[in-house]
Amino acid sequence: MILFLLRRLAYAVPIALAVSAVCFALVFLAPGDPLSSVLPADASAELVEQLKAQYGFDKPVPVQFAKWVGRALQGDLGTSIATGRPVASEIRHAIANTFVLAVFACAVGFTLGVSFGAVAGYFQSRWIDRVVTALAVAGVSVPHYWLGMVLVIVFSVLWNALPAMGMGSSGSADWAWDWEHIRFVVLPAVTLSVIPTSILARTVRALVADILSREFVIALKAKGLGERRIFLHVVKNAAPTAIAVMGVQLGYLLGGSILVETVFSWPGTGFLLNTAIFQRDVPLLQGTILFLALFFVALNLVVDLVQPLLDPRIQRT
Amino acid sequence: MLRRVGSFACGFVALVAASCGVHAQGTLRIAMTAGDIPTTTGMPNNGFEGMRFLGYPVFEGLILWDLSRADAPASLRPGLATAWKQDPKDPATWIFSLRRDVKFHDGTPFNADAFVWNMERYMNDKAKQFEPQAAGLTRARNPYVKSYRKIDDATVSVTTVRPLSYFPMLMVWPLMTSPTAWEKAGSWTEYAKAPQGTGPFKLARWTPRQSAELERNAAYWDKARVPKLDKIVLLPIPEANTRTAALRSGQVDWIEAPAPDAIPSLKQAGYVLSTNSYPHYWPWMLNNTKPPFNDVRVRQAINYCVDREAVVKLVGGTAEPSVGFFSAKHPNFGTPSQRYRYDPAKARQLLDAAGFPEGKRIPIKVMISTSGSGQMQPLTMNELLQQQVAACGFDVTFDVVEWGLVLNAWRNGAPSRESRGVDALNISSPSIDIATMARYLLSANGGPNGANWGHFKSEAYDRILNRIELTTEQSEIARGTTQAHQLIVDEAPDLFVVHDLNPVMFSKKVKGFVQAQSWFQDYVKVYMEK
Repeated sequence: MILFLLRRLAYAVPIALAVSAVCFALVFLAPGDPLSSVLPADASAELVEQLKAQYGFDKPVPVQFAKWVGRALQGDLGTSIATGRPVASEIRHAIANTFVLAVFACAVGFTLGVSFGAVAGYFQSRWIDRVVTALAVAGVSVPHYWLGMVLVIVFSVLWNALPAMGMGSSGSADWAWDWEHIRFVVLPAVTLSVIPTSILARTVRALVADILSREFVIALKAKGLGERRIFLHVVKNAAPTAIAVMGVQLGYLLGGSILVETVFSWPGTGFLLNTAIFQRDVPLLQGTILFLALFFVALNLVVDLVQPLLDPRIQRT
Repeated sequence: MLRRVGSFACGFVALVAASCGVHAQGTLRIAMTAGDIPTTTGMPNNGFEGMRFLGYPVFEGLILWDLSRADAPASLRPGLATAWKQDPKDPATWIFSLRRDVKFHDGTPFNADAFVWNMERYMNDKAKQFEPQAAGLTRARNPYVKSYRKIDDATVSVTTVRPLSYFPMLMVWPLMTSPTAWEKAGSWTEYAKAPQGTGPFKLARWTPRQSAELERNAAYWDKARVPKLDKIVLLPIPEANTRTAALRSGQVDWIEAPAPDAIPSLKQAGYVLSTNSYPHYWPWMLNNTKPPFNDVRVRQAINYCVDREAVVKLVGGTAEPSVGFFSAKHPNFGTPSQRYRYDPAKARQLLDAAGFPEGKRIPIKVMISTSGSGQMQPLTMNELLQQQVAACGFDVTFDVVEWGLVLNAWRNGAPSRESRGVDALNISSPSIDIATMARYLLSANGGPNGANWGHFKSEAYDRILNRIELTTEQSEIARGTTQAHQLIVDEAPDLFVVHDLNPVMFSKKVKGFVQAQSWFQDYVKVYMEK
């Protein structure tokens, strides 16, 4: 297990480097000027060149990349061009806010997804299975952006029941797990949970249906085991795969959704990336993408470590 | 985990306080179009929206905008300087008498030393307080400063690279911030957390990407302009539909730039729409260096091909027709001989005379963006123009690019590689005064040397500008500006299309707002009705 852990950690290094190189290249391949956010549109080309020298953008791209990697290795992700604030601090604040959203979206998505999937799997080909399957297909097909706006129109504008945007009546630093704050999370979390709910429902449905048709279940039934005990066996067999799917979905949610966070003005990583893209804020983009990539690597590692604990047949060596 | 230490803007606290009836004049919550709180060091990013909210309310320059009137373009008024004059011995030097007894919000006195310190911050990249971003913004808007010095505690001088009669118009851009507070903070990153200006509002607290809270400065130096509001809470909401929903659900009292299609229903729901002319123009800048637009008759012809009222209708009435660099209502619009209107017959005559008889199509390529600051609705507006000018014989193809590429093209000029050989460039911009007109249209400013993208060249225009620059009579500036503008209309360096009307929508509770004809607005007279 320790060897496995070390090997996986070692894999993370080339992955991080590759991600850094790709995102660095993408940012520079994209048209436009990294200084467009800090200069008026009609700034002269001469002034742009002067400022490029100030920010180090006059150096060859490989030199800029090497310098950036060198600083990143020391934990310094640089400073945002648009705001002058340290990138690391920007990411830290954004990830904390996205974490709140992801926790709620997971709670909703995983609970509903597992429940719907289990019911549909148990009652395969019955009407309830068809309803769940239809809902799951609709869930993965509906655009987030549209759904979020519909929810805002219904719950915020028409009924005035929930806030349309923002992160609480007193902002993120004073976040508390009370209704005054939680009401701000409801709409974005529900919007965000639709895809994990649907994916998980479909996965669990397939798993349950498959496990129920296995011979060991027939044997359990022949032995006279009650439905509740059989259900426990089904859960135990379905759990490793379901957890792997949950891990991936959790990663997506913690990565932040640009569309959902923008629609709800939720100051998380998605909103941060959106701002960075539109402002062509190169250091902020590079830092955020690198952080999220490493986060995915770490999350997959955790999932790989948890799976053998639930299913001894899976060996990690 | 989420209880963070450090400075934090709890913008919504104001909301709660206001609802409890604590504040007599209330809290105004504004949804900005920016995706982040503009930078807070006293030279905000996010364009003129940044200047509107995190610039002038908190920080001030030697000269300020007079934003008190809705019926005339914003003019200049004394700010941290009480008077200014050209040095009689050297017309390139301006002497400013500073206002005495002005203090920054932290109590530091504003004086000649503070002025020089701030100019060093913008102009001297060797100074310890040099701030690259602020320097870039300020130098781009005020590119003619050569030197500056303290004469005595209450007098300073600024020397320009050449005599410029309209230089005071450019001194609205460098804003002053407290040197003592910066020294204490040690860096611009730290200083940004609690900046200190001299303006009528103080930045009380703010959180990146969430909110900023401006508080009334009860000790403001101009007692007649102490704000009525207790607080302004600024919220960055870049998505237009979210701004609309926030207004409708009562989370904000005011939204910038409502989506045109949401305006009728918001009005029906009782919200107030406010618009006014302001110095913005949305043209096709024409490439004057090659056919067909190197011929003034073709440039004039295309200006007669456009039904501007239809474009206005397309954007829900949030614009007005543009038939010049300035709005037709501008006092310096003048009496040009060309009065552009939708007149395809007149366009036909001009094209015939220019050697493009009926039946001979004129292919042109226009670089447009999918979005961008001040670009309004570029795709639909440009498609409408494409259809309209086709009737006159112009076959328009579009080079649709990302906003950053349009900026690059503008900065480098029509003949440059960045402009990809297009015949026109659709980019909106400010059309504030003669200083802006000079930057955009003097022949010496052809890109990349300046913002004259199309390399428009008129010796008569250059002569008028030269005369204006050298005059010492303020009345001559106005007279010359009118002459220059008339010439610009007749020479048609651009296809003039529309001027935006700067729409904002707010709750009926918002009172006292007078929308100035400016990119900037005055919030000191605004209050919330109980």
